[in-house]
Amino acid sequence: MARLGQTFDRMLGFLKEPVVVTVEINMNVMVLTLMGLISRLWGLSYPRAVVFDEVYYGQFVSLYMKRIFFVDDSGPPFGHMLLALGGYLGGFDGNFLWNRIGAEYSMNVPVWSLRLLPALAGALCVPLAYQILVELQFSHCAALGAALLILLENSLITQSRFMLLESVLIFFILLAVLSYLKFYNLKKHSSFSGSWWFWLLLTGVACSCAVGVKYMGLFTYILLLTTAGLHFWHVIGDQNLSNVSLMCHFLARGLALIIIPVAMYVSFFYVHLTLLYRSGPHDQIMTSAFQASLEGGLARITQGQPLEVAYGSQVTLRNVLGKPMQCWLHSHTNTYPIRYENGRGSSHQQQVTCYPFKDVNNWWIVKDPGMQQLVVSNPPRPVRHGHIVQLVHGITTRYLNTHDVAAPLSPHSQEVSCYIDYNISMPAQNLWRVEIVNRESDTDVWKTILSEVRFVHVNTSAVLKLSGASLPEWGYRQLEVVGEKLSKGYHQSMVWNVEEHRYGKSLEQKEREVELHSPTQMDISKNLSFMAKFTELQWKILTLKNEDTEHKYSSSALDWITMDTNIAYWLHPTSSAQIHLLGNVVTWASANVAALIYTCLSLWYLIRRRRKIYDIPEDAWQLWVSAGGICLGGWAVNYLPFFGMEKTLFLYHYLPALTFQILLIPIVLQHISDHLCRSVLLKSMFTALIVAWFSSVYFVYCTFSPVTYGEPSLSVTELKDLRWKDSWNILIRKQ
Amino acid sequence: PWVRQKSSCSATLRSSCSVGPAPAGPSLRPQPRQPPPLQDYISMRAPRPAHPPRTPSPGLRRARPGAAGHTALRMPAAGRGRAEPGLPRQRESRAPRRLPAHPAAPPAAARPAALALVILLSFASRFHRLAEPPHVCWDETHFGKMGSYYINRTFFFDVHPPLGKMLIGLAGYLSGYDGTFPFQKPGDRYEQHNYVGMRGFCAFLGSCLVPLAYLTVLELSKSLPAALLTAFILIFDTGCITLSQYILLDPILMFFLMGAVLSMVKCNSCADRPFSASWWFWMSLTGVNLAGAMGVKFVGLFVVLLVGLNTMYDLWDLLGNLSLSLVSVRTFYFFFDSPVISQTAVLYLHGPGDGFFSSAFQSQLIGNNLHNISVPEHVAYGSVVTMKNLRMAGGYLHSHWHLYPEGIGARQQQVTAYLHKDLNNLWIIKKHDSDTDPSDPSIPVEFVRHGDIIRLEHKETSRNLHSHQHEAPLTRKHFQVTAYGINGTGDSNDFWRIEVVGRQAGKLIRVLRGQVRLTHVATGCMLGSSGKILPKWGWEQLEVTCTPYLKETPNSLWNFEDHINPKLPNISLDVLKPSFAEILLESHMVMIQGNTALKPKDNEVTSKPWHWPINYQGLRFSGVNETDYRVYLLGNPVIWWLNLVTIGLYLLITVSAAVALKRGVQLTSELKDLSRVVLRGGGQIMLGWLLHYLPFFMMGRVLYFHHYFPAMLFSSMLTGITWDTLLKFCAMFLSPSATARKVYGAGFLALVLLIIYSFYLFHPLSYGIIGPMASDPSSPMAGLRWMDSWEF
Repeated sequence: MARLGQTFDRMLGFLKEPVVVTVEINMNVMVLTLMGLISRLWGLSYPRAVVFDEVYYGQFVSLYMKRIFFVDDSGPPFGHMLLALGGYLGGFDGNFLWNRIGAEYSMNVPVWSLRLLPALAGALCVPLAYQILVELQFSHCAALGAALLILLENSLITQSRFMLLESVLIFFILLAVLSYLKFYNLKKHSSFSGSWWFWLLLTGVACSCAVGVKYMGLFTYILLLTTAGLHFWHVIGDQNLSNVSLMCHFLARGLALIIIPVAMYVSFFYVHLTLLYRSGPHDQIMTSAFQASLEGGLARITQGQPLEVAYGSQVTLRNVLGKPMQCWLHSHTNTYPIRYENGRGSSHQQQVTCYPFKDVNNWWIVKDPGMQQLVVSNPPRPVRHGHIVQLVHGITTRYLNTHDVAAPLSPHSQEVSCYIDYNISMPAQNLWRVEIVNRESDTDVWKTILSEVRFVHVNTSAVLKLSGASLPEWGYRQLEVVGEKLSKGYHQSMVWNVEEHRYGKSLEQKEREVELHSPTQMDISKNLSFMAKFTELQWKILTLKNEDTEHKYSSSALDWITMDTNIAYWLHPTSSAQIHLLGNVVTWASANVAALIYTCLSLWYLIRRRRKIYDIPEDAWQLWVSAGGICLGGWAVNYLPFFGMEKTLFLYHYLPALTFQILLIPIVLQHISDHLCRSVLLKSMFTALIVAWFSSVYFVYCTFSPVTYGEPSLSVTELKDLRWKDSWNILIRKQ
Repeated sequence: PWVRQKSSCSATLRSSCSVGPAPAGPSLRPQPRQPPPLQDYISMRAPRPAHPPRTPSPGLRRARPGAAGHTALRMPAAGRGRAEPGLPRQRESRAPRRLPAHPAAPPAAARPAALALVILLSFASRFHRLAEPPHVCWDETHFGKMGSYYINRTFFFDVHPPLGKMLIGLAGYLSGYDGTFPFQKPGDRYEQHNYVGMRGFCAFLGSCLVPLAYLTVLELSKSLPAALLTAFILIFDTGCITLSQYILLDPILMFFLMGAVLSMVKCNSCADRPFSASWWFWMSLTGVNLAGAMGVKFVGLFVVLLVGLNTMYDLWDLLGNLSLSLVSVRTFYFFFDSPVISQTAVLYLHGPGDGFFSSAFQSQLIGNNLHNISVPEHVAYGSVVTMKNLRMAGGYLHSHWHLYPEGIGARQQQVTAYLHKDLNNLWIIKKHDSDTDPSDPSIPVEFVRHGDIIRLEHKETSRNLHSHQHEAPLTRKHFQVTAYGINGTGDSNDFWRIEVVGRQAGKLIRVLRGQVRLTHVATGCMLGSSGKILPKWGWEQLEVTCTPYLKETPNSLWNFEDHINPKLPNISLDVLKPSFAEILLESHMVMIQGNTALKPKDNEVTSKPWHWPINYQGLRFSGVNETDYRVYLLGNPVIWWLNLVTIGLYLLITVSAAVALKRGVQLTSELKDLSRVVLRGGGQIMLGWLLHYLPFFMMGRVLYFHHYFPAMLFSSMLTGITWDTLLKFCAMFLSPSATARKVYGAGFLALVLLIIYSFYLFHPLSYGIIGPMASDPSSPMAGLRWMDSWEF
């Protein structure tokens, strides 16, 4: 206990001193921030039209304003929430139809405030770049250079000025890097001080924000975790530290870099789910239980259903997988054709399918095989895990049946039908064992919505399964349901849950039909816990696949280094004013060269050091390695994973990697000037070269600024002159 | 029905298009040439004891037990050379009973005895009931068939590289199998066909795995008990036994893999005397084994990676050694991919598989109609041509009388890409504005030029290639491509602009080498093949679309392959021959693509990588029902769960050892030795396990339980090393009291007995069960179905 007390004492050491604020203003930073703000905020509400992906993010902002639930597979909700915050501050009511790029905004859309947050984030990247270089122990000149390069990067400007998430992501990434460096540079004598804690915690918070904006942030997070791990490994080697303080260091880092980010990430979802409580267009991909927790939609139907399924219950059974679409177990009077097109025969019994719409033919009655009656007894006898039931189709009163006949489209599985007795020595095999998959004990009761159930056929031990194929004309293109004989473990396509449910009361078939047509009603409410909702939503986001999203401006990762591609964001409806995502060619090329020089030089130094030849002083080498680890490492982790991704890629995915690569330019330049230019003459020549190169960067920025800001409109010849690469797609109106 | 569905064999990929010709079966033409002498491979790889040193007689050893300051582990001298199969239990329980507390350096004589025991047990367990069941089990249907193809010299396509199947073919050939058994489906009886030779070959390699693993662990840990533990784990693992007993690629792959690991480890230990004879021997053996592993399955790549990393580490070490000059840095030749060369060399007869390969590649295959034939060089109006898509494994532009079904675009004639040669692949090039009969001899030949607008008429149905603004059947954002019109008369939607990549206007278009794109004049889209497979109505051929995204990918590029024009002079295709490197690259790309194309469907239940280490679910090798002879591939659960626990334990030990070293804790010399074994030796094995397991999480293809077995080998070796270390560590705490050696001995004994007892329980899984399922109390497996997901 004493040791524990000591631990806390150390960790909370910052409370022992008064909080002192000393203000020191770095004019460089101030001026850079100002320039950043001007370059990003100038004429922000122009064009007053939907630009490129605003059409995508805009719909989510609208849904936030209307509090309607949605699922977006492109990433976690924090980024969307930030954009929505802009809309909220501007008083947006969400009434705008986001259907077309280039559509004029109506008056109720606060364009300026919607675009404000991304623009601010983009502007703040400029001073952040400056500070990062300073913290990497490089000169103020180098830092200024880095900031100016970020400032004059056309692609970053374009991306910041609209309702898009990349600039926010880059901001949080840079913030995380900067705060980690600040934290690391507070040497050990100030461990556990106030600022030490501040920067450590800020690192974790910024990381979780970056991940919360886009999953791409995960790459930088992992990079920082690795760096922190390496640094901590050196701390372990420090034998002046006692074991107790080592433990404190470890716990503090674990708390700030792992626990807090995870907690923040979950809290984004909490806010997301609290804000969005109404049902909406994305409901159907969620499970019934989730849908029932939203206001409106399914909740209206299921509100007040009896919870426990009993013998005599009337139920609709929804397949849990929901792929290729959500559907319910269904049957209708039509039978399977005697012979299929390919000549195989069928049982010619009544079809059983899975039907994607609500229908009275989706109703089934749970029957006790030992009794004749189709009503719920009083008191109701609940069905438990392992019980054997028969399922009676409500409208046709035929029994769900499967037998050793090949299914229409999946010949390896058994056909499922509603049994018709043709007197041809094909007995009814209609007993099904109910297995509750998510049971807590073996005597669990089958519950509406909550229980996920497998139906195992008693005679053949086949499992009722949605095969995913859709039947031909004779089956009305409904989905095929089969008995899967070789059930291999758990798969959602074999699991069903009761969605609508009521206790059957009608003894006669006529009455029962009327009862089946009437809406369900009774009173109980069900609530899903937050964690259950979170897991489900998170899982859906990760597994939801947008099929086949080829796009005119999509590109491959290899095109990005050389900027062989661009994206046209917007074109003025009448003039030829247009906005493109197009980088500063000189900066991109120099960044590549810098990365190349850095890699070659490092390898050279490394091999020479291994042979005990030291070309540069030890501290310069340390600086060189740590700067490269962050900048080149940041570039690599944010770029290389795209080669293994199968989703549609766009040029803007490269921007985080590019930002890191740009930071490398001044590092390499300063290194060359400090260590490789040995004579004064060489040094001054090099400086002159840098100045010339910088002016070319500025020149290119000015040249491309018309397509960056969308003003002024250029003539056809000017536009043609801008097409520096044949692969660029600059829009030229036909005369 | 328990065979996995595989599109590797040509039969499943071939479409059942009614208009296409029936594919030729494996041809039985006599073949004069012999396959390369692969026997050499096999004889070289026979398990060798690691330099068995001459040892003094047992009596002498007993006289000086404390050599080198340690009490030595002694094997009973009488046990040497007397290890009969069938008596494993008494023998194991006898060996470790005399274990001392510090068994670091056992006398050299114990090692050959132990090795002999291991080899005997291993062969006995693998060859026991080898001929049962006498019918085709599981994937034997694929690999047996491919072995037959080799015996018959028929060309085929498969997703795996060829070495493994060649070896199977060779084993069959040598054991008198004539290649006539069709291997149609699992469950087919072999009858009089000689299949035991092929199974025996696989079982032989599978048995060699155990001594290889034994020697590897012995080399890494220098501890006989650790090596023995590993060997027992592998000998008594039901999964390893089952997998070794059938005609499969896995025993062959694992044999090469373990061979490579052993030679790498041996090579490392002779690193102090580079360029010595044994160094050269192990070095070259590593290379041969790596090539072998790569040549059997692409999973072999992971072991190449392991050896590569190890080599880089070594080189880095050498670089830091200032006493060496830079000139003496070694040269390596590991990555010599020999088997692919031999594939192209041996198989110069071709069969139905070559539609997969691009036109230029096919011209190399003797007997193909592209080999040594001559066609007119430039395409002209009136030429009859076939067009092949340039994507890897892309098909020929194809059409047939069938229409698109209702509801899928316009109800016009289908246009697809078909992987095989067929009369329906023929198209006639016509001018867009005139309908003159080009075969009329009075009309002079007019060449098609870059930028011309043409029409393509399907020869069999006389309809024109057509596109319009209906959505394509699968790729919704593209336009549908159909064949339209009657007797060559259509409308303006039949006009296509033909362009050659990288050419100026007005240039002629070459056959085979000219990469052509066809742009639809009316809508501006480009003809392409999406590579997606159409449903049944399209005979499972590939979709052809017109893409509005004008990007130059191989999907939208085509080349002319066949070219018939009687008015033009023919030239030989030799000018267009691809280089060897191109062939190698292409055949690999096709195989890799074939591999990734094995994707699971949405509603299909598949095995997940996380299932494997926990032994979640096995594979049915044979039999389903109670009356069948059932063989079920499932690891011995006790062993597998021990392995799983050990991985966690190992990580714990490693972290604590590393931190202790970093914190500068003073360790005794024994502890230092232990931590070196754990960190260096165990680290190599752990890396091997990671490299053979983690990549599966990123694979999109269909995965099966047996993919884990290479990783399981590493995991078992790790178990041997870790438990040995752990027991030694415990013993060290208690020393010098007398209980120390007892603790070590008892621990070791308990582990071995546990392994053997669990094998006794589960052995029916591999040697076959007939009778009721495990749920029935009268079954031999009653009460052993510990997890619901096991299917026996």
